[in-house]
Amino acid sequence: MSFSWAKHYEPKSDLTKWLDQRLPLPRLVYGAIGGGYPVPRNLNYFWNFGVLAGVALVMQIVTGIIMAMHYAPNALVAFDSTEHIMRDVNWGWMLRYAHANGASFFFIVVYIHIFRGLYFSSYKAPREMIWLLGLVIFLLMMATAFMGYVLPWGQMSFWGAKVITGLFGAIPLVGEPIQTWLLGGFAPDNAALNRFFSLHYLLPFVTAGVIILHIWALHIPGSSNPTGVEVKSESDTVPFHPYYTAKDGFGLGVFLILFCSVLFFAPNFLGHADNYIPANPLSTPAHIVPEWYFWPFYAILRAFTFDFFIVPAKLLGVLAMFASILLLFFLPWLDRSPVRSGNYRPLFKIFFGILVADVLLLGYLGGAPAEEPYVMLSQLGSAYYFAHFLIILPIISKIEKPKPLPYSITESVLGKDSSGMAGGPVLQPAE
Amino acid sequence: MAEQVTMNQDGTAAIESDGVRRRDFINIAAVSFAGVGGATVLIPLITQMAPSKDVLAQASTEVDVSAVEPGQAIKTVWRKQPMFIRNLTPAEIDAANKVDVGSLRDPQTLAERTLEGKTNWLVTLGVCTHLGCVPLGAAQGEVKGEFGGYFCPCHGSHYDTAARIRKGPAPTNLVVPEYEFLSDTVIKIG
Repeated sequence: MSFSWAKHYEPKSDLTKWLDQRLPLPRLVYGAIGGGYPVPRNLNYFWNFGVLAGVALVMQIVTGIIMAMHYAPNALVAFDSTEHIMRDVNWGWMLRYAHANGASFFFIVVYIHIFRGLYFSSYKAPREMIWLLGLVIFLLMMATAFMGYVLPWGQMSFWGAKVITGLFGAIPLVGEPIQTWLLGGFAPDNAALNRFFSLHYLLPFVTAGVIILHIWALHIPGSSNPTGVEVKSESDTVPFHPYYTAKDGFGLGVFLILFCSVLFFAPNFLGHADNYIPANPLSTPAHIVPEWYFWPFYAILRAFTFDFFIVPAKLLGVLAMFASILLLFFLPWLDRSPVRSGNYRPLFKIFFGILVADVLLLGYLGGAPAEEPYVMLSQLGSAYYFAHFLIILPIISKIEKPKPLPYSITESVLGKDSSGMAGGPVLQPAE
Repeated sequence: MAEQVTMNQDGTAAIESDGVRRRDFINIAAVSFAGVGGATVLIPLITQMAPSKDVLAQASTEVDVSAVEPGQAIKTVWRKQPMFIRNLTPAEIDAANKVDVGSLRDPQTLAERTLEGKTNWLVTLGVCTHLGCVPLGAAQGEVKGEFGGYFCPCHGSHYDTAARIRKGPAPTNLVVPEYEFLSDTVIKIG
């Protein structure tokens, strides 16, 4: 893709000309993230988080490949080899802490990335496919993170594997055979550990492949922007390089400072002490919760404490948890408002704020013990989560009166747009 | 700082009289900072492949040689590599001393390859200096080669009774590690 004014790659030296005719890789890079990719000039720092997620994935792959050089995926020695990494391998402690906290930071930036998409309606036409592929990446990330957490073979690893595969046991009739098949046994053991290791190594590369599709799909219409108004003319854009390489570079610096602060000064803050106890199939930890990034979904899972008609509570919780994510696949068709940016949607803005608070509350509840008042609050929070997408959003799209949109990105930035046809049959902001 | 940057009418920064813009300085500073940081990150990523603490902790081995009679040898393991400890007979010591050192590929006397007063104890790595196979000759019944020491079956290197290379492709004598006698019968290797 590109806009008609996008600059074309022009090899200068004989070598780059020779290469361009045989393998136009520099041309691809120039057009994808170089001076040949025009990007809206008004992107704010929330647009940094895609690049940050990509960097987080690369860090996970690098530290992960290194740890696989020292880790042994065997139930007898997995825990010991993890401690071997922590104590004996040169810099092993740093690499493992970077991997464990890297997973957390990956989810932090991806959650911000997702909520950026929700607020600015980045999922709307013509960008539905970017959103759908992003959700696929999110699901792959969750599967990868879960299986990675099993590998140290501590108490939380073991019981996490048992509980999460137990979710499949809730499926009627075939549930228990499926759970047994997934584990390769009747409880997590060597077979499960080995297949989780194999898949934990594979899925990041599958994720990288889907990310390429995600970026490809992004480059067809180009990035959205904080006004939600599509690019109209050259003055609406700047070349990706150097403008957004510099802006992303600055954001990356801030990200790395925060990451290193946790990595070096609070490496176990986001973890569970119980996972430093070797897996024991005969003793469940007193308070078993997944990693923090699963807490909102865990809260929805536990919200169902009652049978509904013939559907048992266990199955309802599992269905609700999966539905809470699958629901997002339908979002481009649930939100019918033609206006993209939340900045111009006063009613949506309020309910978006409530949704963020609701997900944060669910996150808190997912990490809390399964007792009152947390269970009741989880039920209310889960109900609101579904109501937001299935009831509130469609209604808002109908009744909301959006604020007037700027004529163009240039106008929203400079207050006037001399290049376009200002004064044409488009909405003008009230002066 | 504003006086350092003169602006053209189209708003772009003009080049300073000495040809250097502030932006050039910022670019170089930023890229250098990122470069040094990136290079520093490579240190742990590369050194993690060096021997870990538990491997280094096995760096020395103690061996009781009281049961090794003259003419016998034992194999032991040091740093996961085979070690030959050989109690030479007087005849073997004589044979080693009779050789003209100048004629050897890797000139060394037996005395240089053993500890003072313990010339009958020949301690070497059991690793052929050609391509790393384990030579024969330490265990009873094994071929000792043309010179009565060790013989490497992989590519036919012959070592003499001082484990010096005499014939075949190996470039140097079998390696003598650092070792000491803790008592008359206990050797500490490494």
